[in-house]
Amino acid sequence: MTLRNIGTVAALALLTALPAAAEWAPERPLEFVVASGAGGGTDNFARTIQSILTKDKIIDRPMVVLNKGGGSGAEAFLYAKQNAGDPHKVIFGTNNVYLLPHIAKLAYKAEDLQPVAALAMDEFLIWVKADAPYQTAGDLIEAAKAEPGKLPFGGSQSKDTDETLVALIEQTTGADFKYVPFNGGGEVGVQLAGGHVVANVNNPNENLGQWQAGAVRPLCVFAPQRMAESEPIHDGKGWHDIPTCKEQGLEIESYQMPRTVWVPAGVPEEAVAFYRDALKQVTDSQEWKDYLGKTSQTGAFLTGEELQTFIANSEAKTVEVFKAEGWSGE
Amino acid sequence: MGNFDLLIHGFGIAITPMHLMLMVVGVLLGLVVGVLPGLGAPNGVSLLIPLTFTLDPTSAIILLSSMYWGALFGGSTTSILFNIPGEPSSVATTFDGYPMARAGQSTRALTLAFMSAGIGALLGVIVITLLAGWASNFALRFGAPEYFAVYFLAFAAFIGMGSAAPVKTVVSLATGLLLASVGMDNVTGEVRLTFGFSDLLGGISFLVVVIGLFGIGELLATVQEGLSFRGVSSRIDLRDVLRTIAELPRYWATSVRSGLVGIWMGITPGGPTAASFMSYGIARQSSRKGKPFGTGRPEGIIAPETADHSAGTCAMLPMLALGVPSSATAAVMMGGLMIWGLTPGPMLFATKPDFVWGLIASMYISNVVGVILVLLTVPMFAALLRIPFAIIGPMIVAICFVGGYTVSSASFDLWLVLVFGLVGYLFTRLDYPLAPLVLSMVLGHKAENAFHQSMILSDGSLSVFFSNPLVGSIMTLALALLILPKLLHLGGRLRRRQPVE
Repeated sequence: MTLRNIGTVAALALLTALPAAAEWAPERPLEFVVASGAGGGTDNFARTIQSILTKDKIIDRPMVVLNKGGGSGAEAFLYAKQNAGDPHKVIFGTNNVYLLPHIAKLAYKAEDLQPVAALAMDEFLIWVKADAPYQTAGDLIEAAKAEPGKLPFGGSQSKDTDETLVALIEQTTGADFKYVPFNGGGEVGVQLAGGHVVANVNNPNENLGQWQAGAVRPLCVFAPQRMAESEPIHDGKGWHDIPTCKEQGLEIESYQMPRTVWVPAGVPEEAVAFYRDALKQVTDSQEWKDYLGKTSQTGAFLTGEELQTFIANSEAKTVEVFKAEGWSGE
Repeated sequence: MGNFDLLIHGFGIAITPMHLMLMVVGVLLGLVVGVLPGLGAPNGVSLLIPLTFTLDPTSAIILLSSMYWGALFGGSTTSILFNIPGEPSSVATTFDGYPMARAGQSTRALTLAFMSAGIGALLGVIVITLLAGWASNFALRFGAPEYFAVYFLAFAAFIGMGSAAPVKTVVSLATGLLLASVGMDNVTGEVRLTFGFSDLLGGISFLVVVIGLFGIGELLATVQEGLSFRGVSSRIDLRDVLRTIAELPRYWATSVRSGLVGIWMGITPGGPTAASFMSYGIARQSSRKGKPFGTGRPEGIIAPETADHSAGTCAMLPMLALGVPSSATAAVMMGGLMIWGLTPGPMLFATKPDFVWGLIASMYISNVVGVILVLLTVPMFAALLRIPFAIIGPMIVAICFVGGYTVSSASFDLWLVLVFGLVGYLFTRLDYPLAPLVLSMVLGHKAENAFHQSMILSDGSLSVFFSNPLVGSIMTLALALLILPKLLHLGGRLRRRQPVE
């Protein structure tokens, strides 16, 4: 790029219909906007990517991480809307980008952001306290049917992924739990270890420490197939030894949370392509593989058509649950 | 190996030239972010995390935690000198620290604050050393009702002492609760009181409000009183520092009590801010003679500072052992921990003893380093008061607005700083206490969540707050703190009245 003048650069950012330059590269420091508070899963996701991009010199500009976790992440997505067409803002989220507008009246729509890529899938498992009598998902569901509305089921946030999954379990099996929302996965993990709730649906990483200590125990994972092989974690068992929920007769084939990267709507295709390539290089790095291994997430690099289809499917399925629960705003 | 052997092993890891240097750098950086209101320890630590990727986890956590201690020290400096709390947890230090500085004893106030902070931190680390195994089990017993009871206790300890007119305290408290409920409610997922402003979606930041209330509010009051800065310059003398250190043993009871409050609030997730308020409240209640609190009582500085630091130190324990951070800064550090590939939880102590005990040992050393560094810089800070108001006034305005902006980089917050500056000014003029408002803004949301969760668990029955000995005793203690002072007061008045009748 020959344009160095700051003023011109700012003007350039607004001109989305510039004659197609084959190559786009950032001209200002990048803002990585994270749709969660510091220390959350999305925050770690964004900061890991930032560190790989910096260390491996994939992007040669400073990258500033901004946490905008207000309103379950809506703050970050509104920020994207306010900065429509600015290619120097990259937004990190989950499926909350397209699910939030369905359950709360917010001043943004999913169309105000365009997806760049999904990089990983976080799995969901049913966890119970280590000394609980339930050995399979079936046992837990039978117990809930015996005492409808009595067994407290912990989860993070309200009408978010956890409550949606619990609702889905209820709709599939006819069991009735008492859902109690907490602030985050870590907190729910401790509440389970302390026996204040009967079960939770934490991501692997959120309960790992408690499992290592033998305080909680996984029943099954909501994935089409078992998770990847790993070192044994507790009592000689690793992630691969956990049966899928389908194996245990709980007819939910798959429930996963994508870790996604977005840019504001109106950003030129060249810039999207630039980020897509950069993120591709991230997923090829050893550090990224370490991150996936440490957090027990499943790597998945989805872009373009494939990503659009995934989002459409995931949105349709979840909205069905919202409708049945009466959560959707309309 | 017992805890003591592990600790010695930890010292072996912590005392290397590299680690000692990291401690000094960390404490100094922390002092800078602590002195600037708004740019607090959580922001500072999160800015530093990317730089730690190249360090090994033990060095990284030593750097980050030293920065935290530095920020805690720095936060009290501006509280005392300018009545602007640099950190939320040093709000309570303004109540007596600022009047003492105004009375020409700024060196004494600062020395008291730093020394008590150091003592608090040491008490906290000793407790961590002793309780590393036991505390994590204890914290597991805390469910939603227990959390609510702890927050209720903090409220009660504060209300019970109420020196202002009760109605005014209630108004202030309720205003805080109202402000705390703006934004998205975690339990129901509903957006509340945003009036369609997307800027309010994330809620009103407590720090922004505090900067406005204390910083701008104080400045307006100063301007009204004739443009002279209300701090009186003092002679800077090393002997002042030493004399103050010599008077510390006299307040041992306050120190120990405040240390215990801090340890309690640090292990149970009350956090340093609640700890400092609670400790201040208790110190105020238990003092009988001498000039009233709020006019520069030494105990009024010692109590919040000791509790603040012992809670800040102890907050590391639930973070490491349970993955439950009981302060915002601990939450950020936990994020760092995960990036370094360490999983917080009970097993961390067993699987990574070098990391855990290296950190604990470093906490002893870096707090000593911190106290020495801040004491050396006391004269520098106290000299700030000699600068004429015409120079320092505009600087404070700039610091307040920069600080307000850094909290979440939102220009909307600048308006909030201004609005709350006016609110702070009016409250002060009309004798409404500011502290209850601040306390309920900090704890309101957490208390509400815990209450709501308890109600879901118990199907709406209040008996859940007396359902086991733990929660029952915390609630009883809280109710006692709330009611007893008023009853005693009433009883005293009746007795005095009888002879007349």
